[in-house]
Amino acid sequence: MLQRIYDWIDDRIDVTPLWRDVADHEVPEHVNPGYHFSAFVYCFGGLTFFTVVIQILSGMFLTMYYVPDIVNAHASVEYLQTDVAFGMIVRGMHHWGASVVIVMVFLHTLRVFFTGSYKKPREINWVVGVLLFFIILGLGFTGYLLPWDMKAYFATQVGLEIAESVPVVGDMISNLLAGGEFIGAQTLTRFFAIHVFFLPGALLGLIAIHFIMIRRQGISGPL
Amino acid sequence: MEKNHNVSRRQFLTYALLGTGGFMAAGLIMPMVRFGVDPILQADAEEDMIDVVSVDELTDVPQAFDMEYEQDHGWHVEQVQETVWIYLDGDEVVALSPVCTHLGCTVNWGTDPDNPEQFFCPCHFGRFERDGTNIPGTPPTEPLHRYDHEVRDGRVLLGNPSPQV
Repeated sequence: MLQRIYDWIDDRIDVTPLWRDVADHEVPEHVNPGYHFSAFVYCFGGLTFFTVVIQILSGMFLTMYYVPDIVNAHASVEYLQTDVAFGMIVRGMHHWGASVVIVMVFLHTLRVFFTGSYKKPREINWVVGVLLFFIILGLGFTGYLLPWDMKAYFATQVGLEIAESVPVVGDMISNLLAGGEFIGAQTLTRFFAIHVFFLPGALLGLIAIHFIMIRRQGISGPL
Repeated sequence: MEKNHNVSRRQFLTYALLGTGGFMAAGLIMPMVRFGVDPILQADAEEDMIDVVSVDELTDVPQAFDMEYEQDHGWHVEQVQETVWIYLDGDEVVALSPVCTHLGCTVNWGTDPDNPEQFFCPCHFGRFERDGTNIPGTPPTEPLHRYDHEVRDGRVLLGNPSPQV
């Protein structure tokens, strides 16, 4: 039955080459931990992507209950965590996953650095990777405020003070981020919008570019 | 010897990979799906009878009374006010929902000058008898819903509205 549905679709729009291209792509020996166990360091990029997928999925589900409003934000987080089935697990995935993403990105960066994979002709991909790193830090920063508890508030306070320390335009950057002179309702909605729309959009776009370039250029050779 | 096997090595590996992969994916997806569908699996709120009015105030003409109660929105409790049409049918208390059974507009008693003894819906001119029966030839297809009620110490307590049919 499934086979026939697949054949019907394939007959019309020829989808087989699309997934064959991915499925038949050979993994070079020097990046395959099956041959050399030490090649596991080449897994960190994929693990970053995997955790990013978990972050996106769990985040989508969290927004079913979360409200970015100073009166209800904390109460809604408390409700989804304590009263909704698996709330603690789903929020836990997003909470701990956020740290895992940053750790994986860091390890991935180290591997690329120490294998010299950033060198010609892959410089552009390194730059895209650095942009991705900043986007992920931005996601961590904006997401931290959303539970609207003491830790969230004061961490954002510190983050904005750091932004203010930029010469000349510091105040402007801080006001732009916070949506005003102080951390309040406008900051929360702004951070929410940045966290769930702007940064994930940029993240997905850059990840696509990152992957297309890796397929174009192939993985860097052995040491 | 190879030929005796019903499952080839390639097939076995495919099954093993799909099986483990599927198990791991299910472990990730299941909590999120259960989390998302929680509203339909939560136990229905217990029906509380709400004190609305004293029996003394009722007459055989339907009058609108406010029914106030708290509605639990998860992280927020809302004060809700509903209107109920209540009258006495002999000794029996009858409490009708003002929600028109056609498309959910709000009916009023006696607002149609031609039919002062009926409920009237201004949206599509639906009409109902005093006991909530829909008048044939007007849009509604079933009677107004009736509240479960209870009389305790001379007070009328109402539960949920349910269809009369």
